[in-house]
Amino acid sequence: MGEKAGGGGAAGERGAGRVLAVAEVAGGTLRGASLEVVSAARRLADAWGGAVDAVVLGEPGAAEAASGLAKWGADRVVGIEAAGFGAAGPGAHAGAVAATVREGSHRAALFSATPSGRDVAPRVAAKLRCPLLTDVTALDVQGGSVTAIRPAYAGKVLARVRCTGDRLLASLRPNALSAVASPREPVVEVRPPDPETGSEGYRVAGFEPSGGAFVDVSEASVVVSGGRGMKAPENWGVLEDLRDALGEAAALGASRAVVDAGWRPHAEQVGQTGKTVTPDLYFAIGISGAVQHLAGMRTAKVVVAVNADPDAPIFGVADYGIVGDLFEVVPAIAEAVRKLGG
Amino acid sequence: MNIAVCIKRVPDTGTRIRIAETGDGVETDGVKYVMGPYDEFAVEAALQLAEAAEGGEVALLAYGPPATQEALRSGLAMGAHRAVLLAGEPTMDGWATARTLAAELSGWEADLVLFGVKAVDSDQQQVGPMVAELLGRPCATAVSSMDVSEGVATCRRVVEGGREVVEMTLPAAATITKGQYEPRYASLRGIMAAKRKPLEQKAAKEAAVELVVEALEYPPPRPPGRILGEGPAAAAELVRLLREEDKAI
Ligand SMILES: Cc1cc2nc3c(=O)[nH]c(=O)nc-3n(C[C@H](O)[C@H](O)[C@H](O)COP(=O)(O)OP(=O)(O)OC[C@H]3O[C@@H](n4cnc5c(N)ncnc54)[C@H](O)[C@@H]3O)c2cc1C
Ligand SMILES: Nc1ncnc2c1ncn2[C@@H]1O[C@H](COP(=O)(O)O)[C@@H](O)[C@H]1O
Repeated sequence: MGEKAGGGGAAGERGAGRVLAVAEVAGGTLRGASLEVVSAARRLADAWGGAVDAVVLGEPGAAEAASGLAKWGADRVVGIEAAGFGAAGPGAHAGAVAATVREGSHRAALFSATPSGRDVAPRVAAKLRCPLLTDVTALDVQGGSVTAIRPAYAGKVLARVRCTGDRLLASLRPNALSAVASPREPVVEVRPPDPETGSEGYRVAGFEPSGGAFVDVSEASVVVSGGRGMKAPENWGVLEDLRDALGEAAALGASRAVVDAGWRPHAEQVGQTGKTVTPDLYFAIGISGAVQHLAGMRTAKVVVAVNADPDAPIFGVADYGIVGDLFEVVPAIAEAVRKLGG
Repeated sequence: MNIAVCIKRVPDTGTRIRIAETGDGVETDGVKYVMGPYDEFAVEAALQLAEAAEGGEVALLAYGPPATQEALRSGLAMGAHRAVLLAGEPTMDGWATARTLAAELSGWEADLVLFGVKAVDSDQQQVGPMVAELLGRPCATAVSSMDVSEGVATCRRVVEGGREVVEMTLPAAATITKGQYEPRYASLRGIMAAKRKPLEQKAAKEAAVELVVEALEYPPPRPPGRILGEGPAAAAELVRLLREEDKAI
């Protein structure tokens, strides 16, 4: 690939198999998914004899918040930061990432498939004129060649895909690849964004909170989803209580039936026309288990279903099922979880 | 106001997907194809915007095999004015698809180009912003509602913890997600009218593909689960297993 590829072999030399990990800081804290991205970048860089740069974009302090990435294998953490840059828009962020890749001749750039990663990565790919693999769940590197596994057809099949171009761009599905420690001496650099913004004609004009800014369902390690069996939107307290019992990494999800009914926001919808989730633990409460719903949660590690109907298809994919009235069963689960906490 | 909507022909979401014998593609026999569900939202958004602007044209663009005409006709039946089919075989390489679409769109005078947030076959979620980059336009993604006034499109985007408001100067692009849009059913009159609306087919200028699907596999089947019991009495055993066996809590 790169202009100076193959020369020297000193880690960190331009073009010698360097890999860029695009990390994210939200509300002053590093996102968990960024550890997975740096860890995957480390694996590629090790196979290629290169170094890992992690880049983080945003408000002043972003690089500091991301400095812990050294522990996960980042040789260098670069913050591109300025007051207001966090809300500069995806075009400006993509411009900054693309410039970083060009300058560093990175052979691969990895993102996490968070809402922001999904927004920015395709623009970076277009700016660099190279293809992008979205939502990768495994990376296999053998010598110079990398193959990626990514779900297609809403997870009904897994595709093994090879990128034949010189540069690999991929976004990784949160929770799918594990983060492995590979400590380095932290080296943190901060620089201002290029004034040439890349966000012409695009302005973030405001934010309307939907109340309760909890972890996004696509990133949560525990998801508590409710369906039509919940009967009415005012009954969601039952699920909120279980979520609270399960701790900070838990998020609420929903079936399309309840989103269509206007009971829950679309941001919570799990399934083919909603979000794809890979949590450690997924609760399907009062959800029948239609194929379009299963498409969004079949890669969850453990699935628990609570349903009044013993023949509900969801029991076919659930690791554990409880047949019964959710209004009795769910509070009992929440209580048992709280007992564990002591 | 002129609006272009890019739509893709995809298998109906209820269809069983079977891997073809070659191992690197899916069986197409017996599969029902439709316009992508998110593309339907985009067509609906375009029709609403054109109605609000009291004029202007909604034109559809698809890149796909000749049978894609059917999906285009269903968009015309919803109310779009004309359609263009770039005949060819799109792949999982969204960057190649984006170049093919952008080459055509650069000759159009569209104030807005709309996309679905994702195509439900390749699930790449990338073609919209890539085309926008190629056309040099601003692009808002995952838009749940939008309106246009005096050359500015105001979009609401679904983001974590709420909705972000984005203003774009036209010409612009956006990818549409469900939000407020409920695709209209085509009336019988609409279906009849669609037969006479212009649908132009030409060969796609296909770009080099750099993502090669080596193989498709079925995801590992979930091991058969077990019903722990009935009613709240089973809760304690469930929580014990989640803690001790699965270490999930
Ligand atoms: C193009 C397309 C895309 C789609 N995309 C999605 C998607 O992204 N996500 C999605 O979820 N769906 C999607 N669907 C819809 C899907 O087909 C189903 O209609 C939907 O998932 C059903 O939602 P549900 O399970 O909440 O409701 P239902 O199917 O009505 O199931 C409700 C369940 O609750 C149980 N129940 C009732 N009362 C109780 C009680 N007191 N205690 C315990 N259990 C009880 C019932 O036994 C039943 O199993 C899509 C459909 C199409 C056509
Ligand atoms: N072959 C195609 N023809 C027309 N539009 C397409 C095509 N592929 C993708 N698109 C558009 O781009 C959106 C996102 O697709 P993808 O990036 O493949 O998930 C779709 O919802 C369509 O609006």
